[in-house]
Amino acid sequence: MAGHPRSHKKGASVISLKPVAPPPVLIEEPPAKPVVEHAQAPSSPGIARRMLAKLPPAQDSIARLAPPLLGLAGFILIWGLIAQHTTYLPGPAKTWTSAVELLAHPFYIKNTNDVGIGWNLLNSLQRVALGFGMAAMVGIPLGFMIGRFAFFNRAMAPIISLLRPVSPLAWLPIGLAVFEAADPSAIFVIFITCIWPMIINTALGVASVPQDYLNVARVLRLSEWKVFTKILLPACLPFMISGMKLALGTAWLVIVAAEMLTGGVGIGFWVWDEWNNLNMEHIVIAIFIVGIVGLLLELGMTLIANRFDYKR
Amino acid sequence: MNTSMTDKFVDVNHVGMTFFTKNGPSHVLDNVNIKIKQGEFVSLIGHSGCGKSTVLNLVAGLLNPTRGAVLLEEREITSPGPERAVVFQNHSLLPWLTVFNNVYLAVERVFSNKESKAQLIMRTHDALSLVGLTEASAKYPHEISGGMKQRVGIARALAMEPRVLLLDEPFGALDALTRAHLQDELMRITATSGNTVLMVTHDVDEAVLLSDRIVMMTNGPRASVGEILDVDLPRPRLRLQLVENPQYVHLRGEVLRFLYQRQKRDAA
Repeated sequence: MAGHPRSHKKGASVISLKPVAPPPVLIEEPPAKPVVEHAQAPSSPGIARRMLAKLPPAQDSIARLAPPLLGLAGFILIWGLIAQHTTYLPGPAKTWTSAVELLAHPFYIKNTNDVGIGWNLLNSLQRVALGFGMAAMVGIPLGFMIGRFAFFNRAMAPIISLLRPVSPLAWLPIGLAVFEAADPSAIFVIFITCIWPMIINTALGVASVPQDYLNVARVLRLSEWKVFTKILLPACLPFMISGMKLALGTAWLVIVAAEMLTGGVGIGFWVWDEWNNLNMEHIVIAIFIVGIVGLLLELGMTLIANRFDYKR
Repeated sequence: MNTSMTDKFVDVNHVGMTFFTKNGPSHVLDNVNIKIKQGEFVSLIGHSGCGKSTVLNLVAGLLNPTRGAVLLEEREITSPGPERAVVFQNHSLLPWLTVFNNVYLAVERVFSNKESKAQLIMRTHDALSLVGLTEASAKYPHEISGGMKQRVGIARALAMEPRVLLLDEPFGALDALTRAHLQDELMRITATSGNTVLMVTHDVDEAVLLSDRIVMMTNGPRASVGEILDVDLPRPRLRLQLVENPQYVHLRGEVLRFLYQRQKRDAA
C-alpha cells in the first residue's frame, strides 16, 4: 500500500469536506485510522513474507537483499547495453569514473557561476525549505479555518479548486513579474507547490476529528485553547504531516524544473548547464543525486509521521 | 431540602425530540417523562433505535430538546458540563494522552481553580486506583484492553465528582466475562460514592442487577416511556445468589415480557 489513499481521495476537492463532517449525534463507529504511511515492511506479498519468516537468520538476510540487488544489477546491465548502442549516453563505468572525480570536490568555488555540486544541491534545498516553510505558515492556519468554519470552506473552495490543478511552474512568470528576481521567484513556485496539499490535508484532518473527542471536550467544557492543543492539533497531526510529505515530494520534483528556467546556483540549473556543455556523465550523476536526496527527504518525513502515529 | 426536590433531582419533563434531516423531520422522542431521585441508579432499556441514547444525550446537554425541558435540581440543562459526566460507549479516550493524562485532563478542568497541582495528581491517582488501574497509568490507550479502556472512561467520569453519572451502554462492546466483572465493580463504586446514575443499556440482566428502577421505552418513532419497574432487590447484590432469587427471576421476566411481547419488533 503505497501513497496516501485517504488523502488522495478525500483531498480531491475541498467541497467534499462536507460529507466528512461529523454527524450531529454520538456515533459509535471506531475513530478513523490516521493517514499514515506504511512503516518499515516493504509491501512484499504475504506468501513471500511467510517464507522469509521460516528461514534461519543468515539465509533470511540473503533472501531479503537478493531481490533489490538483482534489480539494481539488471538496471545497470540494461543501461550499459543501451549506452553501447548510442552516441552520447555514457555507460555505467564511464559515469562512475566521472562521479568519483566530481564528488571528490563537491564544495569548490571557482567563481559565482562555477561552484561545486554540493553548493548547487544546498542552494536547491534551501529554496525548497524556504518555500515549504512559508507554505506551512500560511497553509496550515488556512487549513484549520477551512476545516473548522463551513463559511470559510465555501468561500475558499472555488479559488482552491480553480488554482490547484495548475502546474506550479505556470506561476513562475508571475513570480518574476512581482519579485523582479530569479531566486524569490523559484521560492514562490515552491510555495505554490506546497500550499495546496497543506491546506487540503489540514482541512481534512480538522473535519475528520472524531465527534467523540469533541463531545469529551464539550462535557469537560474545555477552553478553546485546550480544545486546540489537546484535541484538534494532535488529532490533525497525522493528516498535516501527510500533507507536508506530499508537499515536500512534489517540491523536490518542481525545484529542478524551476531552476532550469531561472538559472543561478542550484541542481536544476546545474543539469541545464551540463547539457549546454554536453557533459552527459554529469547529468546522469545529477539524476542519481536528485533521486537519493528525494529518497532521504521522504524517509525523514516518514520518520516524523511515525512519531505522531497514534494507534487508535 | 424539601422532598419534592430530592425526588426530582433529574427531571426529564415532557420532552420531545425531532431531528431535522435531509429526508424530512424525524420524530425520535415524544412526551418523555423521567424523574430520578438523588442517589438513585436508573436504567433506560429499549430496543435499538428507540432513542434511549438520545435521552441520555439530552441529560448530558449534548443535545437540546425540541419540546419540554430537562432539569437538574430544578435548573434547566442547556449545555454539557462536568457536573454531568458521561461514560461513552466507545470509551472516547484521547489516544495521544496516557491513561493518567486522560483522567488528569478532566481533574484539572474541574478542580484546578481551587486545588494545588499535587492535589490534582492525587485525585487522578485515587480515581485510577478505584478502578484498579494504578499499574497502567503510564500506558497509552492502544496499549491496554477494551475493558481497561472502559475503566479509564469510568475513572475519568468519577474523578470529576459529577452530580449525575451518565453511562451510555458502557459495557456493550465488551465480552461477557469482562462485562460481568466491570458491572460488579461499578456496583461496588456506586455503593460507596452514592452517585446518581443514569445508564442506557440493552442488556436485561445488567439492568436488573444494577438498577433501583428500570425505565422501559417504547419503540420509535415517537418513542416514550412504556413502563417503569421498581427493582426492590436488597443490596449488596451478588450475581450468583440472584440467579436463584425468585424476585430477580420475576423482575427479569417482566423486562423480557415488555421487550419481547409488548414491544415486539421484527428481527433487526
